[in-house]
Amino acid sequence: MGEGTGDSTGEMLRRVGGDTPLLEVRHVTKRFGSFTANDSVSLKIMPGEIHALLGENGAGKSTLVKIIYGSLQPNSGGVFWKGRPVTVSSPAEARALGVGMVFQHFSLFEAMTVAENIALALPNCRATGELSDTIARVSANYGLPLDPNAHIADLSVGERQRVEIVRCLLQNPELIIMDEPTSVLTPQEADQLFVTLRRLAAEGCAILYISHRLEEVRALCHHATIMRRAKVVAETDPARETVNTLAQLMVGNQITRVVRERGKLGPEAILLKGLTQVSQEAFGVSLKDIDLSVRAGEIVAIAGIAGNGQKELFDALSGEEPLEKEDMVIFAGEAAGLMDINERRLLGAAFVPEERLGHGAVPALKLSENVVLTRHGTGEGIARRGFTRFGKAGRIVETVTSLFDVRKGVLDPEARSLSGGNLQKFVVGREVERTPKILFVAQPTWGVDAGAAAVIRQSLIDLSRKGAAILVISQDLDEIFEIADRIAVISRGHLSKAEDADTLTPEKVGLLMAGGAEKKGAAAA
Amino acid sequence: MMRLELVKRSEKSRLMSVLSPVVAVALTVVFAGMVFAAQGHNPLTGIWYFFLEPITSLWGVEQLITKATPLVIIALGLSVCYLSNNWNIGAEGQLTIGAIVGSILPILFPDFVNPVVLPLMLLMAMAGGALFALIPAKLKTVFGTNEILTSLMLVYCSNLFLDWMVRGPWRSPQGYNFPITVDFHEWAVLNAVDVGGVYLNLSAPIALLLVIVLAVVMRSTLKGFEIRVLGQSPRAGAFAGFSNRRMTAFAFALSGALAGLAGMMVVMSEIGKLQPVISPGYGFTAIIVAFLGRLNPIGILIAGLVIASSYLGGEAIQTSLQMSSKLATVIQGVLLFFVLAADTLILYKVRLVPGREGEGAHA
Ligand SMILES: Nc1ncnc2c1ncn2[C@@H]1O[C@H](COP(=O)(O)OP(=O)(O)OP(=O)(O)O)[C@@H](O)[C@H]1O
Ligand SMILES: [Mg+2]
Repeated sequence: MGEGTGDSTGEMLRRVGGDTPLLEVRHVTKRFGSFTANDSVSLKIMPGEIHALLGENGAGKSTLVKIIYGSLQPNSGGVFWKGRPVTVSSPAEARALGVGMVFQHFSLFEAMTVAENIALALPNCRATGELSDTIARVSANYGLPLDPNAHIADLSVGERQRVEIVRCLLQNPELIIMDEPTSVLTPQEADQLFVTLRRLAAEGCAILYISHRLEEVRALCHHATIMRRAKVVAETDPARETVNTLAQLMVGNQITRVVRERGKLGPEAILLKGLTQVSQEAFGVSLKDIDLSVRAGEIVAIAGIAGNGQKELFDALSGEEPLEKEDMVIFAGEAAGLMDINERRLLGAAFVPEERLGHGAVPALKLSENVVLTRHGTGEGIARRGFTRFGKAGRIVETVTSLFDVRKGVLDPEARSLSGGNLQKFVVGREVERTPKILFVAQPTWGVDAGAAAVIRQSLIDLSRKGAAILVISQDLDEIFEIADRIAVISRGHLSKAEDADTLTPEKVGLLMAGGAEKKGAAAA
Repeated sequence: MMRLELVKRSEKSRLMSVLSPVVAVALTVVFAGMVFAAQGHNPLTGIWYFFLEPITSLWGVEQLITKATPLVIIALGLSVCYLSNNWNIGAEGQLTIGAIVGSILPILFPDFVNPVVLPLMLLMAMAGGALFALIPAKLKTVFGTNEILTSLMLVYCSNLFLDWMVRGPWRSPQGYNFPITVDFHEWAVLNAVDVGGVYLNLSAPIALLLVIVLAVVMRSTLKGFEIRVLGQSPRAGAFAGFSNRRMTAFAFALSGALAGLAGMMVVMSEIGKLQPVISPGYGFTAIIVAFLGRLNPIGILIAGLVIASSYLGGEAIQTSLQMSSKLATVIQGVLLFFVLAADTLILYKVRLVPGREGEGAHA
């Protein structure tokens, strides 16, 4: 063993003491081709500190933490661990140093179980019963319940993230990097995570925390480094700032507020009648007798804790999972239950799934090709007589880019090279630009910065006021109350009656999310 | 102490995508030289006879094209399979069944002699190969069977079936008890014509046409797009409205049809009847061709010529150096090995770093 890697965590911390930063990054520069993603970035993290890394989409945050974690190499500049220069040439080396990471885009194998995925990250460890017990214990202990034997493919995004967090915790790291850990968690789950993080910090573990939710940063973090366009532009104590001043530091100007006026309601555009579906997957959620109607010109939001049937509902609405009866789903007066996804698109429907890489977009394909992905069958002439017209798709990329301010290095990059938030803007923009009559969106602003979130939310409101019926599936109650006209709650496959947003409070919705929604029969009677 | 380390690149290296087959070919030549040396021959002489001498004559070039043609046609179909994540290993069997089905006309209806026989035979061969390939495809989509195993095992079935046919029901009464069928009539064979000193038949231009068609399909049609998307991300493919099941059937049927076509044309041009062995393993060698050609139609055309030359090289060293022509198979295998290994360079770069003790344990 080389020196410095074999000591126990506690011993090391005591020896290092107060003044030496646990991790220091000095003048790191990273270029992708001619594009500079990090420009002479410096950063210091002290032991036991919860350090926020803030910045708008594409500012270079993920790039910086990937360099710290060894999955990218800087063009110049250095990383210092406990005062000593280190070259972290792979994640395995980072883990050996004591750095753990929870990625923005998950790195889990879908066909394997939770325990197997975790075993893969631990040195010399097999997925034994013992490991399963440890996982169950640690996850319960930190308030992140997990079934070690569940298959990843059957888990919702929120649950997958728990796997990532637990996997990271099991390695007893001294520094945990979290790239937008709460963007997919419910408020309750997030609060629970903060308890966990504060406890870890009190135990001496440092946390580098990336988030676009400035309130939680204010409440949680001791120190904040703010990046804009690849550079560090400010350092501050977030507790002394307001959400607005923080946002201003990030974006450089004021964020526009979302405005929502009552729209003119048109005819019923989405109608779900007794939508029932038994899940074929081992850990899937069955949909139970769901009724809902959305009229043209309104936005209805479905709130709920991850893994309560949102994924199944989305697949049933999109037609990726075939239904039993054709009149369970009616779009614009047409029974669509037996139609495939493109037939539904031809009725004017559009879909934005929650997982953007691998579902909403193919990582290794260019943006223009990803436009073809969802719009080849919509009768817009993107595919004609069997030939694809990538030129036309390229023009759509340009429109979406300017409407939604998608920041990218080159004209038509591969989807996976976009920053998380920018890809999200693209997948939402790709559908909104089509001005669909019916739109289904899951987690519309997942991982998007405050400025861009306002742009996306406003675009949804504007689209609905132009006469579209929009159904939003979201866990973000702030978002829901900002845009929704009516709100329903999904819980274990049951959907509560959609009620006027003005008559509801976040507390009441929270109660429904915790199980109240299942007493639907009683409520409706 | 220094050690080699693979470092993941942040992006695919375009240069290496082009260069890696070249690296693989170069390493294979070096390997072949070592084999010649081990056998007591001058490595340079061996390399000359194996790789270069065969194509120094017009006759050699003709042979090269003749051998490359079926390889290219089959590999084109296989590339569609592999790009869409369907692992068809049984092209040899589809080739055999295709040739048998196409041969029904000249063997069972020897009096049906007119110009439509030729295109009919080719169509029947394609249909036969496609239907035979649909067996592993259906087994995969309906029962979840591993298509690598089923398609491979069906090769043995088809070869034994051919053997039985030519010894039993289809044996020629005039064949002195040899296991051969009757000779095909004049409209059931492909005749070669003189093209500037090289005798070629219709199959080479057909292969060339198929290369162009597939290149266009992959580049600018929705079908080509569908093939790429489903291969890379089935979930996103379903979101685009593409069906994995239908793609499996399509890819197998297409590659089966092309293998059947290739098999029929080999029989019609080189043999003129059926016999127990009609192919020197074209169906298997085409797998190497497909990968060496990077699953790209133009690449496959080049790879087909490279691999075909190794067949000729095998014969050449047998006559001039008295070495076993089986060496050709060894070299083809080694080439595939190096192709797959060199592909690592596209995603990783090799770095020489000072060794640190105890480091290896985490790797
Ligand atoms: N592999 C890559 N190739 C080319 N460009 C890249 C690559 N990775 C990142 N970039 C570019 O670098 C910039 C910074 O990306 P990064 O992912 O670090 O942003 P971020 O601050 O994490 O944003 P977000 O909040 O949206 O996640 C982006 O403009 C992105 O397009
Ligand atoms: Mg990011």
